[in-house]
Amino acid sequence: MSLENVTAALSGEEHAGQAGAEAAGGRLWLRAFAGNRLAVAGLAVVILLTLFSFIGPLLYHTDQIHTRLSLETLAPGAGRPLGTDNVGYDQLGRLMVGGQTTLEVAFGAAAVAVVLGVLWGSAAGYLGGLVDGLMMRIVDALLAIPALLLLLFLATVFRPTVLILIIVVGLTAWLVPARLVRGEALSLRNREYVLAARTMGVRTPTIIFRHIVTNSIGTILVNATFQVADAILVVAALSFLGLGIAPPATNWGAMLSDGLNYTYSGYWWLTYPPGIAIVLTVVAFNLIGDGLRDAFGLDARRA
Amino acid sequence: MIRFLSRRCSQAVIVLLLVSIIVFGLTRLLPGGPARAILGVHATPTNIAAFNRENGLDSPLPAQYWHWLSGVLTGNFGFSYVLNQPVSSLLAQRLPKTAFLAGVSVLLAVLIAVPLGLYQAVRRGRADDYAVTTVTFVLYSTPAFWVALLLIDVLAVRLHVFPAEAPQGSFSAIFSDPGALVLPVATITLVSIAAFSRYIRSSVLDELAQDYVRMARSKGARRRVILTRHVLRNALSPVVTLLGLSLPFILSGTLITEQVFNYPGVGLLAFNAAVAQDYPVLLGVVLVVGIGTVVGSLLADIGYALLDPRVHYAGDAGSAR
Repeated sequence: MSLENVTAALSGEEHAGQAGAEAAGGRLWLRAFAGNRLAVAGLAVVILLTLFSFIGPLLYHTDQIHTRLSLETLAPGAGRPLGTDNVGYDQLGRLMVGGQTTLEVAFGAAAVAVVLGVLWGSAAGYLGGLVDGLMMRIVDALLAIPALLLLLFLATVFRPTVLILIIVVGLTAWLVPARLVRGEALSLRNREYVLAARTMGVRTPTIIFRHIVTNSIGTILVNATFQVADAILVVAALSFLGLGIAPPATNWGAMLSDGLNYTYSGYWWLTYPPGIAIVLTVVAFNLIGDGLRDAFGLDARRA
Repeated sequence: MIRFLSRRCSQAVIVLLLVSIIVFGLTRLLPGGPARAILGVHATPTNIAAFNRENGLDSPLPAQYWHWLSGVLTGNFGFSYVLNQPVSSLLAQRLPKTAFLAGVSVLLAVLIAVPLGLYQAVRRGRADDYAVTTVTFVLYSTPAFWVALLLIDVLAVRLHVFPAEAPQGSFSAIFSDPGALVLPVATITLVSIAAFSRYIRSSVLDELAQDYVRMARSKGARRRVILTRHVLRNALSPVVTLLGLSLPFILSGTLITEQVFNYPGVGLLAFNAAVAQDYPVLLGVVLVVGIGTVVGSLLADIGYALLDPRVHYAGDAGSAR
């Protein structure tokens, strides 16, 4: 979990709910977001990198299955713009394939985390009382264990594939959205329209989804963006610890950590392309998150 | 105040219990359960059945949990058959080293990030604010292990200023070669500064917009005094809570750093245990770090309450965690 999230976790308790989506109102936030040049640039970077990873291989054909040791660590040159890696894969093609896994896991894990967190947090906040207390203590307890330690354990028990990584990373990341949404729910549960709905006999799940969750959408969207950025760094860290996806599949984190073994040989093309791709993507998502947060009028320290 | 303290402490106790249940649950998650965790991957089903009978693992789960918990409470964290040592003595050797590494780094990070964030907030929107924000933003988005390896590449391999390997041996031996500590400390410090300064910048910006700042300015207080006496004091109190909550984040960073520099702390211990499937050690580290985090954030909350007289201790929804 990153500090962005930690600072966000602070909010859940300090200021129950900003409900900023309302303040911005309607589609105003979209216009505010579009006016934020950095955020739009971030969005452009994400779209370009996604196209690069998923459409790129259709235009630039390389063999990313069979290793060819006779072609290992060739410097960039004609026909191989970024050279080859330590087992002879074309590095540019590898960057595309690795990008696919990186983005799949990042989006997937963020989705798992946000869905789980929203369900848990909105239920706890809306129900309140003892249920809320117990549910949030469970969040506190899980939050107390560094995610990387938990992942280290889970990754040794389950052999990582894309799906396993999505689930495992998502399962360690839902705590912050849970706290944030719970804070929103605490403040929303006593609004007139919620009370009205309750008086009319609307069922609890309907109230939670129709009124609590929809009115927390700003907070949820902002956090989802940061979750994607986080997941990319977490997967990179796991790959570095040797708990990434098994070859021939790869991701940018695995490419970067594989390449680091060759730092001293001066094979810069093994580390800098995947490393820069990671930093670029994470910066882009953080910029989008900051932009959304401003657009929704949420407090910088709390969303 | 007393009510706040007792409620906060009882919450911490509940969280600690839940942490212990989670760790206990993790041993059940292993195929073969705790017997597999202790006997290792090569144990036969017969071994496991015999072990389960001997250690009361065929009794009901709550009874087993109680048995395990009473062991933990008396300092019995199990035994590492891989390292042939009790887990508790391994933890006793390694914990001070990690605490030292993380403590020094975080202290440095706060000492640098506070003036940096304050400076950025004051210079908001100017070139130097953008420059610092850009650098911290990029740093914040870079995998910690890459930061570490770039530091090694430049300062150890090319310039030969600092060694790439952390000092080994006992706790006191760490101090025998302070130069070797520079790069591991620098890694955690850099990664933490990036995150802290962002937080402090927006915290100070918030405070600068408050009425009391305008008041102080209009009565003619000097800029310096306004910033240090009023703004910084108010902006810093949430940082105490931030520190408590960021403990797991810092420890995750420490784990990576220890692995890169071969620093003999609990992070490296946990990593090696994971590789060797030495689950008693891995879970021992998870448990101890979890306890440390809960206690740390409890202390931070208490510290925050002592520092900030505006905190409401009881009743309001905001503090009902």
